[in-house]
Amino acid sequence: MSHSSSPAGVRALADTTPSSTGRQRLADRWLPRLVLSPTIVMSLVFVYGFIAWTAWLSFTESRLLPRYDWAGLTQYLALFDNERWWTAVANLGLFGGLFILCTLVVGLLLAVLLDQKIRAEGALRAIYLYPMALSFIVTGTAWKWMLNPDMGLQKVLNDWGFANFTFDWLVDPDKAIYTVVIAGVWQSSGFVMALFLAGLRGVDDSIIKAAQVDGASLPTIYRRIVIPSLRPVFFSVLLILSHIAIKSFDLVMALTGGGPGTSSDVPAIFMYQFAFTRGQLGLGAASAMMMLMTIVAVLVPLMYLETRSAKRG
Amino acid sequence: MANKLSVGRLLVYAALVLVAVYYLMPLYVMLTTSFKTLDDIRQGNLLSLPQAWSPDAWSKAWSSACTGIECGGMKGFFMNSVRMTVPAVLISTMIGAVNGYVVSMWRFKGSDALFTMLLVGCFIPFQVVLLPMAQLLGWLGIANTTTGLVLVHVIYGTAFTTLFFRNFYVTVPDELVKAGRIDGAGFWTIFFRILLPVSGPIFVVCIIWQFTQIWNDFLFGVVFAAGESQPITVALNNLVNTSTGVKEYNVDMASAIIAALPTLFVYMVAGRYFVRGLTAGAVKG
Repeated sequence: MSHSSSPAGVRALADTTPSSTGRQRLADRWLPRLVLSPTIVMSLVFVYGFIAWTAWLSFTESRLLPRYDWAGLTQYLALFDNERWWTAVANLGLFGGLFILCTLVVGLLLAVLLDQKIRAEGALRAIYLYPMALSFIVTGTAWKWMLNPDMGLQKVLNDWGFANFTFDWLVDPDKAIYTVVIAGVWQSSGFVMALFLAGLRGVDDSIIKAAQVDGASLPTIYRRIVIPSLRPVFFSVLLILSHIAIKSFDLVMALTGGGPGTSSDVPAIFMYQFAFTRGQLGLGAASAMMMLMTIVAVLVPLMYLETRSAKRG
Repeated sequence: MANKLSVGRLLVYAALVLVAVYYLMPLYVMLTTSFKTLDDIRQGNLLSLPQAWSPDAWSKAWSSACTGIECGGMKGFFMNSVRMTVPAVLISTMIGAVNGYVVSMWRFKGSDALFTMLLVGCFIPFQVVLLPMAQLLGWLGIANTTTGLVLVHVIYGTAFTTLFFRNFYVTVPDELVKAGRIDGAGFWTIFFRILLPVSGPIFVVCIIWQFTQIWNDFLFGVVFAAGESQPITVALNNLVNTSTGVKEYNVDMASAIIAALPTLFVYMVAGRYFVRGLTAGAVKG
C-alpha cells in the first residue's frame, strides 16, 4: 500500500497561497481532523473498546447476564475442557484446510484455462462468478436440497441406473463437514479465479514468447515462470480464504446447522450458541477471543510475507 | 497458441464448459424445483423439468409460507432487508467518501496511523463485538429493530468504504486539487466541486459492495433482530430449517431465489463493477 507523497504538498500550498484568508487556512487545518474524528471515535469504541469488553467478559463468571467480577481463566479452562469446542476446532481445521486448498486449485486452474484466448470468456467468467453475489444462506439452502439423501443427486444417479449409489454425507456425522467444503468451494472458487486472472493478465507476454522460442512447452512455462510470478496474488488469496474459513458461520448454519448432532460444529457456531441461545456469556466471550487470536495468528504472518514479497517485486 | 494442437484446445473448452455446467446446476435446480408441485418433485428427480410449470410455490413463498410461528411468507422480511440495506449502504458510503478524501488528500500528522487503525476493523471476526453490541443496543432501546441493524452495519462497514475511497483518491492527479487550492477553494469546495464529479465509478463500486455485503449478512441479522424485524436471510434460514409438517422444497427454493434476486440483479446489471469491488476489497490485504 503506497502512500502518495503529494498531499503534503497540497498542505504546504495551503499555508502559502495568498488568496486563502486566515479564517479559511484555519478551517483547512482543522476540518480534516474534525471530519475524520467521528469515525475514529467509532472505531475506538466499537472495535477496540468492544474487543476489550469481550475480553473482560471472558475473564468473568457471566452466564445469562453479564457480571464483571474477576474470575481469571475459568472460562478458558472450561472451554478447553469442552469436547464440543474441540470438535469445532477440528472441523475448522479440516474444513479450512480443504476449502482453501480446493478453492485455490480450482480457481487457479480456471484462470489458467481462461487465459488461453478463449472465445466467450466474458460469459464463462460471469458464470463462474455469480455465486459470489449470493448469500451463503442461499448457497446453503440450494446445496442442502441437492445433497438431500433421498431426493437429491442420489436419486438422479439412481434414476440413471446406478441403483446402489448412495450419497448421504449431509446426514452422516463423519461426512457432514465435507458437504460444507463442497458448497464453499462452489461459492468462492470463481472469485479466486477472478483474482488469479487479473494477476495472469499482468504477466509480461514477451517472457512467455521467449520461453516458447527456447522450446519450452506451455505447461512448463506456466509451472516454472508464470505461476511463480503470481506470488503476491497467492498471498492475497490465502489471506481472504483463511479469513472466510475462520469466520464461516452462515454456510454451516444453512447447510447442516452444525449437525447431525454437533458433528459439523465450527467455532463461530459454538460462539453463537453458547453466547446467545444457551446463556453462557463468559464461555461465548472466551470462544470469541480464541477466534480473534486465530485470525491474528493466521493473518499477521501472511500479511508480513505479502508485504515482503511485494517489496521484492 | 491458437493453432497448436487443436485437440488440446478442444479439451480446454470441454473443461471450461463442464465447469460452467457445474456452476449453473444449483441455479437450474433451484429454478426448476420452485416451479414444480410436491408430487412432481417426488415423481421426478433433481434434474427433470417440471411436468407443468406451477407458480404456486412462488406465491406461497412470497405471502404465506411459515417461518417459525409467523406465516406471512417472505414479503415482510424482504421489505425489512430493503429498509435495512438502503440507509446502511447510503450512510456508510457517504462517510467513507469523506473519510477517504481526508486520509488521501488532507493527510496530517498521524493520519496514516489512524487510517491503519481503522483498517483493523476490516479484519476482526465480528463474533468479538457481538456481546457488547447486543448490550448497547439494549441500552439504547433499539434491540431487535431495523434501526439497530442499520447502525451496526454503518459502524462496521465504514472501514471498508473508507478503504475503497482512499485507494481511489490516491490515484487522482494532484494537479486537479492544487489548481483548486490556488483558486482559493477550501476543504469542502474541493471535495464537492473537484473530486465528487470524478468519483462516479468508485461510488458505484462501493455501493454495490456494501449492498451485497449488507443484503447477504446473516450474523448481525440473527443476533440483533428477532421476530418481525428479521432480515430476509434469517427468515429464509428459519423457513428452511423449521421442520413442521411436510417439507415443501419448492417453497424453499422459491424463497431462496427471492432472497437472492436483488444481489443477482445487481450482479447482472453491473457485473463489471462488482468484480472490481471484489478485487479492490481483496487488494486491501
